[in-house]
Amino acid sequence: MNTENLIALLVAAPLLGAAVLLCGGRRLDRVGHWLGTLLAAVSFVIGLVLFTDMLGKGTEERSLHQHLFSWIPVEGFQADVAFQLDQLSMTFVLLISGVGTLIHLYSIGYMEHDERRRRFFGYLNLFLAAMLLLVLADNYLLLYVGWEGVGLASYLLIGFWQHKPSAATAAKKAFLVNRVGDMGLSIAIMLMFTTFGTFAFKPVLEATAETSEGKLTAIGLMLLLAACGKSAQVPLQSWLGDAMEGPTPVSALIHAATMVTAGVYLIVRSGAIFNGAPDAQLAVTVVGAVTLLFGAIVGCAKDDIKKALAGSTMSQIGYMILAAGLGPIGYVFAIMHLVTHGFFKAGLFLGAGSVMHGMNDEVDMRKYGGLRKYMPVTFVTFGLGYLAIIGFPGLSGFFSKDKIIEAAFAKGGTEGWILGSVALLGAAITAYYMTRVMLLTFFGEKRWEPDAQGNAPHPHESPKSMTIPMILLAVGSVFAGGFFSIGDRFMHWLEPVTHHDHGDSPLSAATVTGATMVVLVIGVSLAWAQYGRRPVPSVAPRGSLVTRAARRDLLQDDFNHVVLVRGGEHLTRSLVYVDHTLVDGVVNGTAASVGGLSGRLRKLQNGYARSYAVSMFGGAAVLIVATLLMRAV
Amino acid sequence: MNPVNYLYLAALLFAIGATGVLIRRNAIVVFMCIELMLNACNLAFVAFSRLHGNLDGQIIAFFTMVVAAAEVVVGLAIIVSLFRSRHSASVDDASLMKL
Amino acid sequence: MSFPLLTATAALPAVGAIATAAVPAARRTAAKWLALFFSLATLVLAVVVLVRFDPDGDRYQLTESRAWISDFGVRYELGVDGIGVALIALTALLIPFIILAGWHDADPLETKSSRWRPTQGFFALILAVEAMVIISFEATDVFLFYIFFEAMLIPMYFLIGGFGDRAHAGSDEKASAQRSYAAVKFLLYNLVGGLIMLAAVIGLYVVAGNFSLQEIAEARANGSLDMATNTERLLFLGFFFAFAVKAPLWPLHTWLPNAMGEATAPVAVLITAVVDKVGTFAMLRFCLQLFPEASKWATPVILVLALISIIYGALLAVGQRDIKRLVAYASISHFGFIILGIFAMTSQGQSGATLYMVNHGLSTAALMLVAGFLISRRGSRLIADYGGVQKVAPVLAGTFLVGGLATLSLPGLAPFVSEFLVLVGAFARYPAVGIIATLGIVLAALYTLVLYQRTMTGPVKPEVSAMPDLRVRELVVVAPLIALLIGLGVYPKPLSELVNPAVKHTMSDVQKKDPKPEVEAAK
Repeated sequence: MNTENLIALLVAAPLLGAAVLLCGGRRLDRVGHWLGTLLAAVSFVIGLVLFTDMLGKGTEERSLHQHLFSWIPVEGFQADVAFQLDQLSMTFVLLISGVGTLIHLYSIGYMEHDERRRRFFGYLNLFLAAMLLLVLADNYLLLYVGWEGVGLASYLLIGFWQHKPSAATAAKKAFLVNRVGDMGLSIAIMLMFTTFGTFAFKPVLEATAETSEGKLTAIGLMLLLAACGKSAQVPLQSWLGDAMEGPTPVSALIHAATMVTAGVYLIVRSGAIFNGAPDAQLAVTVVGAVTLLFGAIVGCAKDDIKKALAGSTMSQIGYMILAAGLGPIGYVFAIMHLVTHGFFKAGLFLGAGSVMHGMNDEVDMRKYGGLRKYMPVTFVTFGLGYLAIIGFPGLSGFFSKDKIIEAAFAKGGTEGWILGSVALLGAAITAYYMTRVMLLTFFGEKRWEPDAQGNAPHPHESPKSMTIPMILLAVGSVFAGGFFSIGDRFMHWLEPVTHHDHGDSPLSAATVTGATMVVLVIGVSLAWAQYGRRPVPSVAPRGSLVTRAARRDLLQDDFNHVVLVRGGEHLTRSLVYVDHTLVDGVVNGTAASVGGLSGRLRKLQNGYARSYAVSMFGGAAVLIVATLLMRAV
Repeated sequence: MNPVNYLYLAALLFAIGATGVLIRRNAIVVFMCIELMLNACNLAFVAFSRLHGNLDGQIIAFFTMVVAAAEVVVGLAIIVSLFRSRHSASVDDASLMKL
Repeated sequence: MSFPLLTATAALPAVGAIATAAVPAARRTAAKWLALFFSLATLVLAVVVLVRFDPDGDRYQLTESRAWISDFGVRYELGVDGIGVALIALTALLIPFIILAGWHDADPLETKSSRWRPTQGFFALILAVEAMVIISFEATDVFLFYIFFEAMLIPMYFLIGGFGDRAHAGSDEKASAQRSYAAVKFLLYNLVGGLIMLAAVIGLYVVAGNFSLQEIAEARANGSLDMATNTERLLFLGFFFAFAVKAPLWPLHTWLPNAMGEATAPVAVLITAVVDKVGTFAMLRFCLQLFPEASKWATPVILVLALISIIYGALLAVGQRDIKRLVAYASISHFGFIILGIFAMTSQGQSGATLYMVNHGLSTAALMLVAGFLISRRGSRLIADYGGVQKVAPVLAGTFLVGGLATLSLPGLAPFVSEFLVLVGAFARYPAVGIIATLGIVLAALYTLVLYQRTMTGPVKPEVSAMPDLRVRELVVVAPLIALLIGLGVYPKPLSELVNPAVKHTMSDVQKKDPKPEVEAAK
């Protein structure tokens, strides 16, 4: 059998699910969730088949290509619907369909009481299809289709509880901010078209050597803009926190494990372009480093468990972007961290969802406390995810994050020192805020109270369909990193696509690991000192200026509100006024003066036959006299 | 042949017709005056036809008569229906051409 | 002589108009079915035209030519190229949906008299517009085109002024006053444009001695007809002005929001999806072919105006409080894209502009017709009067969202293909223009999503809590449009292959070549 032909099925299965579930109507309400989960699993199984097939081949033959049909054929412009499956895509396919299937399974329990569950699964399937299209496309335009497709699915899922105005607003905000990033991607594609005459990966990436650095820098910066939008990097990060309005499985799947990593994929995929444009690479690392700190600081201040995790996601993706900006030194580690992060962050979010499920959807961590006794499975899985993310030795995060910090130092020069220190500092803050989340939620005294209606939460463990995915993800969080690192397996797997360069680090690997351990301990003990030793007030203290700013996403939203929202409102208001009075007025003014003239002329038309006759005779007389005069002259 | 006398006559008839159209109120009389003007033109046409020795003018005169006949049919119908609805044939009573 | 297929395609709806108008007053439903039958029969003929047309054959096919007013060299000349075929197909396709969507729009509220026949008139006028639009797409004689380009205004005037939207905030008198204001504004703007064009048409005759598009274009190409630079420019401006009013291009756009706001939703679709397309189509066919040099001379100014249209239309759409006016301003933005594509003078831009005309017709029809269904349920056009519709009428909300997503050019739906081609085409020649136009896609997302959020999401307002979902007739209208939007978004190849040769001809008319990619140019 020709395995190439299976690639399209990867996308087709969830797409079919989305179509059936969204158009099928109420008849499918009872089986819809199983159908959706089944099709996601089908995709995963096909992925596994392709994976084993790929492992059986030599390194050179591993890249598969499937051409479906010619999409937009126009003179000089050729866009195809064609797929490319290489090691990089394969990694993503397995992550997306694997974690995706687990989260489908989890959602069956989580969304059990929602009357629109069928539609939820339809949207989830749509997301899977779009995300797989994104990573399988063999050209930038088709990637763009998947890119906006995940944006749409994300929009639908964030706003899934549409009756809540805050959810609808958050969904709209996410789509709009992403659109700004999309603008970057479409300009990048246009630049590629005018520079290379094509936008398929292979010819573009091969032709980078013959292109001027200026052009490559421009393309690279535009791609970076796109990545900032999708991956919630500064300055387009503001949507991710609000996106937590969506159901928790959505946050786990889209806003932690898969979609937000699309930016990293884009940069790694376009490695050849960035390799030829050092300025663009520098910009990428700066964005990564800034977001890394930004997200971490925001994560420290949030009391909403999901928003704290969202800040953490931002920060972790900052690590990946930073690694991707380092060039061939970092590509492999960016992807490796992406995969391990996919496991532990999805696990953390599912754990948060499980906690909320047992706590009447309360999200304020100050109202939790001591939950480890009530939710043992959640506690253990969440705890393992926590250890993984802070980089506890031996767990996934330890291997992948450590490598990124090393690579940052290996960049060399002052830049290397700065980036490395930022990455180290980020690790300390990560340890701090994750310990804080852990302590507030699972340790200490219970702090929950009956709500206004007198319903006190009764914390309980979640059903099997929810705990099983959490357990599986916890297993991944623990072992994935070690498995990948033994004998540099992951590096050898990806090397043919991304290439690798060790760089020369001024510090030895052991030094970096030691430093990481030190900052880890500092972060954890700070959090312990603050939240573990003394009781936690259930109402947030006022806090310092920095804390208050961090609670408000470091005022970035306020800036957006004042400058963009308010400014935009004033602009459109005044334009409406201008359109009505000025543009319309000028044209209408002309019309009015013509109207006035005709009003006077109209008086001549009094309707009496004889007055018309007079004017006729008069006119005839004038004509005759004029003719005679002309003759005479 | 000298057409001058014929033309004087035609001009005189036309002037009488035009004056009638302008000063008389009765629609029937106005109508007759229009016919008078048309026939004044016919006279001039025939006179010139004779002068130039070809038949063009006479043909046009025939055309005019046909058109005049058609006009009489339509015009009289309008006058009759006006008279029926308003009991008056005065042209000054009706300003229906004004919207 | 073979069967005059093009004449038949245009004549059939005209016959249908007469037949529908003649149906007795009491048999309203029969008139509707008759109109629907004729529109479907026209669609069949349009499909025959589509099948008989060979994209790789001659430039103009299925030609017909008869002497008409021989003293002035006016001939009855018809012929279609790929662009014309695509637009005829669009027109013939949309009219049945417009008729179905407007099924009850012209039912008399109370029987004024036994001879009161608004329904018959409404559907007859729609068919009359269809006939005139189709023949405008077919005419290759400038004078013939001009006649129908202008004559279209008469039935449109009555459709806007005579059959207004019943959902109106003010009193009946106020509504009727606003409606006639809108109708007169529409008529005046277009008449002024038409008059200026008439002067240019006469001027063209004086210079060229006949009205035949093909003959003049040929004579211009082989140099046997020389025009002084200034003459050509003046004639071009005369033609372009009329088309820019019709299209409409900023700052001549202000009639469109009034007309689309006051007209019923199906008539609004007729205006923007069908009639306005004649304007952009004529820019491609007449302005570029007859006056290539002047077109190039005017390009910078036109591009700036098109850019202003894109951004300005989108910004104003954001500021609207009335659903239909919002769609109208969105259309102005989209027409900016079409004109940008035409005058970017690249293959991608012009193919994109042509596809855009078709796709914009489909997407606006989907969005506007669903908006019309929504408005007819609540009896209000104000966005603020809605909220939470999604909860009570999920199918309506879903189709509205798809229409909105098509308007914001989501990849995977048809408008994306054309919008991207236009952007690439503009970018290839004028990078700055392309980048500024790209801002339009962000703004499009803004106004569409704001509209969706305010009307469909949030808590259910008491006034909409009993709103019924889409009925079968309404689904029959919307579902095929959505299917087409998706189909042409995923597989636009048939359409693009239809228009590619025509675009190639136009490019050679203006003697422009696509800019070479930098890598190739360096070699």
